[in-house]
Amino acid sequence: MEEYFASGHTACAGCGMPITVRHALNVLGKDVIVVNATSCLEIVSSAYPRSAWGVPYIHSLFENSGAIAAGAVASLRAQGNEHTKVVVFAGDGSTYDIGFGVLSGMLERNDDVLYICYDNEAYMNTGNQRSGSTPFGAATTTSPAGKVRHGKMQWKKPIAEIIAAHQIPYVATASIGYMADFENKVRKAKDMKGARFILALAPCVTGWNYDSAKTIEIAKLAVDTGLWMLYEIEDGKFKVSYKPQQFKPVADYLKMQARFKHLSEEQIKTIQEHMNKAWAEVKQ
Amino acid sequence: MKKTVEVSIAIAEAVKNCEPDVVACYPITPSTHIAETLAKFYADGELKSFIATESEFASISAICGASAAGGRAFSATSSQGLALMHEVVYAAAGMRLPIVMVVGNRALSAPLNIWCDQQDSVAERDSGWIQLYCESAQEGVDTAIQAFKIAESTMLPVMVCVDGFYLTHTVEQVEVPTVEEVRKFLPKFQPKVKLDPENPISMGEYATPEYYQGFREDVHRDQLAAKSRIVEVDKEFEQMFGRSHGGLAQGYRIEDADYVFAGMGSVIGNAKEVVDELRAKGKKVGVLKIRSLRPFPGEEVRKLLEGKKHVAIFEKSYSLGSFAPVYADVINSLYPLRKRPFVSSFIGGLGGKDVPTKTVHEVFKMIKKREPLEIWI
Amino acid sequence: MKPAIANPRTSRENKTGDWRSFKPIVHNENCIKCGTCASYCPEGCISGVDKKNIQEREFPKIDYDYCKGCGICANECPKKTIEMVQEEK
Repeated sequence: MEEYFASGHTACAGCGMPITVRHALNVLGKDVIVVNATSCLEIVSSAYPRSAWGVPYIHSLFENSGAIAAGAVASLRAQGNEHTKVVVFAGDGSTYDIGFGVLSGMLERNDDVLYICYDNEAYMNTGNQRSGSTPFGAATTTSPAGKVRHGKMQWKKPIAEIIAAHQIPYVATASIGYMADFENKVRKAKDMKGARFILALAPCVTGWNYDSAKTIEIAKLAVDTGLWMLYEIEDGKFKVSYKPQQFKPVADYLKMQARFKHLSEEQIKTIQEHMNKAWAEVKQ
Repeated sequence: MKKTVEVSIAIAEAVKNCEPDVVACYPITPSTHIAETLAKFYADGELKSFIATESEFASISAICGASAAGGRAFSATSSQGLALMHEVVYAAAGMRLPIVMVVGNRALSAPLNIWCDQQDSVAERDSGWIQLYCESAQEGVDTAIQAFKIAESTMLPVMVCVDGFYLTHTVEQVEVPTVEEVRKFLPKFQPKVKLDPENPISMGEYATPEYYQGFREDVHRDQLAAKSRIVEVDKEFEQMFGRSHGGLAQGYRIEDADYVFAGMGSVIGNAKEVVDELRAKGKKVGVLKIRSLRPFPGEEVRKLLEGKKHVAIFEKSYSLGSFAPVYADVINSLYPLRKRPFVSSFIGGLGGKDVPTKTVHEVFKMIKKREPLEIWI
Repeated sequence: MKPAIANPRTSRENKTGDWRSFKPIVHNENCIKCGTCASYCPEGCISGVDKKNIQEREFPKIDYDYCKGCGICANECPKKTIEMVQEEK
């Protein structure tokens, strides 16, 4: 593998995020500009005077990477550079919440940017606060499990569908537990023009609270239990990438992570039913 | 070539003739016509790119990305738009991105008001941006062009402030330099630092306490060093186009004046007219035009005001709960003098409240008093 | 002017190897050189085994200057031939 994301970064041991980035950059190659929102990724990789990045990199603010990327690609093309690709790496905090409006603008204009959201399902950089991406029932510091309220009581924002509704050329979900599928999707998106979006599940050891050795296993289990659907929406056409022959029970996935440990059997059943319903509605 | 045109349109044309790589604008009264004119240039194939963003926050972000990628970039905004950009305004200066932005000065909510005052840009004066305030339509056009040269040689972003409606919407006879003329004045943008796969540096690093202060101090020192560059560029412009706009600060009939009216922006035009009338009656009066609010020309102001009896600092903004901002900068620059003139603070024109020449006359009458005043007119 | 920029890959000056409590040891006798460990390592500090040409592949070389001891390599190894051993000190 080409190392465009070097060792010495300060991500937690077992973090899913550097795995995501290493593989994405391995596919994308050196002729890229990376735009990175304020996030765990930015903090662990770009503390002055050092940088883990082996490709040109810019960090601006938390919520504007979509616009920074739009300006960067317009600038390259105006200077006569038609080949360098602009890629955004942003967490779920920036993508689902604070940067959502800016992202929507970028999508509406169909700016020639590949936006990769690594989703660890909370504002992990600031210590695990809930985001629009935090799944139902998960405990975070701003949606803790208490006597009356038991973790986040809202369902995860269906970000991929919302993004696909902007009618951009390519939207895909991925998981580092299915690495070949993720790499194929990056490869496919790389050569397209216009706005492209890939949502990659990137488990967080510290926030989800599990044994650091299990990151890939959990990322795979999310898919195998049906909780994380792998699909593409290409020019509006929805296509499932992989459907397990037999879904593993969601409890297998939930019980591996302490962020779900407070859930009652009733709540686990609710999650199972929600997942069943989501798959039943898929016409494939 | 002189043409009679709405000033916003002239400014947009001047910007277009600077051949920016990326223009990103969001409409807001009273700077909308700049955005619209640039959009039309783009539609006619005369502008390399125009990003119609979904907010001002996105406009300034886009031009930061554009500049970081090695392109010349521009935006225009006012009031609420500039306030929304606040976070990025600071980031742009901190990241040393030489972007240029025209601000059509307008009041800040609340209450909502679309008319002229300078609260919007004055509120951003601590950010590290160079801020130049234009007296006239021609100065607005010329300063927009000068701004790119200043920004690209100081690696500091530049705000070109033009009073909303008074300078954006009036129709005047102005000279707009052509593309060929601008090319002779403004060299191609060649950044030392940019995003380039051939030299993959990382920009926008985060700085721990050990490092952060040094970066801020750097911006400040470079602002001070930019003073001579602002003067130089104005002189170079004068050599090529025959017009100078006063560098950092300029006196008008000030040398032997006892009473001085100081200010920024379009009010200076009125003040000069009043001074001519009073001078005709033998009154020893003058005007101090402050063109650069940041970097503030403390030394120049001190030299121009030394020995005066009473100076009226007129401004269209205020730091609520304390002092008027330009007044505070002037007082500070006069502090080292052993003998100081009386300095009075006049606040007026907020939210577009009219400041006719009659008002300027009143100010000159009021400063006959041998004591400093603070008056909201 | 001193902008807050950094040169590429300078993070390598930061040796994160001292983070670990457990150290991965590869038992080469059962290793099939599939490259899974190198692929999943968050630090990218396993080399030799992920060369494109399978003939050229070597047994995994772990750079202990950077290995944080997360255990992913051991957990994912299809032959379970990587052992996580507690660090001495």
